[in-house]
Amino acid sequence: MGFVNLAHGAFAMLGGYAIVLAMQHWGWPFPAALALGFAAVAVFSAVIERLLYARLYRASELDQVLFTIGLVFVIVSSVTLAVGPETQTVVLPEWLRGQTDLGFIRYRTYSLAVIAFGTLIMAMLWLGFERTRLGAKIRAAVDNRRMAESLGVDVRRLFTLTFALGSGLAAVGGGLGAEILGLDPQYPLRYLAYFLIVVAVGGLGRVTGVFFAAALIGVLDFVLKIEFPQGGTMFIYALTLVLLLWRPQGLFGRRAA
Amino acid sequence: MSPAAQAFASRHRVKWWEALPWIAGIAAFFAFPNYLSFGTQVLVTILFALSLDLVMGYAGIITLGHAAFFGAGAYTVAMAAAHLGWTEPLSGLAAAALVAGAIGLASGYVLLRTQGLTLLMLTLCTMALLEEGANMGARYTGGFDGIPGLQFAPLLGAFPFDLLFFRSQYLYALAVLFACFVLVRLLVYSPFGQSLTGIRENVLRMHAVGAPVRARLVIAYGISAALAGVAGALFTQATAYVNITTLGLDRAAGVLILLILGGHGRLYGAFVGAIAYMVLEHVLAKAYPTAWQLGIGLTLMAVALYARNGILGLAEAVSRRFSSRRA
Repeated sequence: MGFVNLAHGAFAMLGGYAIVLAMQHWGWPFPAALALGFAAVAVFSAVIERLLYARLYRASELDQVLFTIGLVFVIVSSVTLAVGPETQTVVLPEWLRGQTDLGFIRYRTYSLAVIAFGTLIMAMLWLGFERTRLGAKIRAAVDNRRMAESLGVDVRRLFTLTFALGSGLAAVGGGLGAEILGLDPQYPLRYLAYFLIVVAVGGLGRVTGVFFAAALIGVLDFVLKIEFPQGGTMFIYALTLVLLLWRPQGLFGRRAA
Repeated sequence: MSPAAQAFASRHRVKWWEALPWIAGIAAFFAFPNYLSFGTQVLVTILFALSLDLVMGYAGIITLGHAAFFGAGAYTVAMAAAHLGWTEPLSGLAAAALVAGAIGLASGYVLLRTQGLTLLMLTLCTMALLEEGANMGARYTGGFDGIPGLQFAPLLGAFPFDLLFFRSQYLYALAVLFACFVLVRLLVYSPFGQSLTGIRENVLRMHAVGAPVRARLVIAYGISAALAGVAGALFTQATAYVNITTLGLDRAAGVLILLILGGHGRLYGAFVGAIAYMVLEHVLAKAYPTAWQLGIGLTLMAVALYARNGILGLAEAVSRRFSSRRA
């Protein structure tokens, strides 16, 4: 959508909290809690978008960065006040624990489920953006808002919808990842750099780009950390630096017109 | 001369109120003898914010990695003192400025061909690389814990640094800040500074009139980096330690926030922002650590939505309204 949103991680965290708390306090099953997290964060973010983000679409990137950092602070401290600063744990249901035999390798069931689910979502997103009327409208509105409006696309509603969808997906991501990444109020700040790197490397406005960038960076980061543990997180930053200098618009991004 | 031309011709002149911050700075030395340690921190932060103002407020370069240069200066002084026995403070400042400025010129030369989100990310990555380097080179930099308990030679050979009352540190920082401020003020009103503002306002037109846009930006970035390095060196000399937080995202984001809060692109925004932010933080953070972050977040959102020019921008708008009513 062409908005520098640093608060995306905060929405992911809110989703994670909604999911974890629904399971702990109300005893909801995991899939139902995921759906609840998606819906709750989608509605919440739609309200925020309508009230606040919408005023900043034409503002400078600096204002957008500033506003979203502020939002991150607000959400982080609100969660700390409401729930507490300790790390929340996810209790996985029975059928996602343990290991699965894939024939050639035995692996953690949960990791496999996350991989399968993530791939499914990516495929749906890609199909949605590239093959449906709604996706075409979104791409048109991002490329040239005035032209899209002239052609009768309700860009305001479209953007609210897109934003809600994006935040809802972030919420699901937060819930799914909570078991692996951990979940505490500092989460959005800790992973801020990672989210940004993935988006910048993948190229803005490219679903497939983000997918490949996330896979590439995740795998490279993991491999390099195992091969050269003394290197720490250095490689990931060096890599991003080189990639962005080579292709400032991201690996799969389109050149700015 | 037309009024507009007159305004252009006279705006670089020193106005009477520009003496106020310095009078206040000296008055604070006598009025709050128990808060000089905190005062020194504020002065260092003002200098750091001023260096950011040069690139962000005047040249329009948005960076999330300015702490890279603060940290470079801080580590230069600390490592020179710990490993080379180079403890003379003033020459240490010069060395820090040189090192940070060189890093700024080199990274600016490479990075400033991009803009927007890409530039933001590249500056962030540069800073993260330096941070990771400081973390890994533990033999020279002390790793994560940094280098504590540094010893510096007395200032000008006569005034020793004291870690109890910070008297000499405070006056030292004030003097350095004054010197750097005069330099920045001269710079932004010079033809060079005017061309930076031109680049911020309309890059295409500056290209069209034949200004060497990228060279100007790189030089401004280098100068700003050198000033940030001086701020970092002051920090290390005043507190006698250095650690990895001098290079972190927290520091970079913090200085960005307080500059915007004060009002960027207007020199005194750095002063107003640093004092407002740090005093608030100092007073509130101990009592309500969580609510403090909530307050900062809400303030930031409000500034981004309603007061894009910060506190000074608001003050200007108010005074303009009053004077137009009188007229």
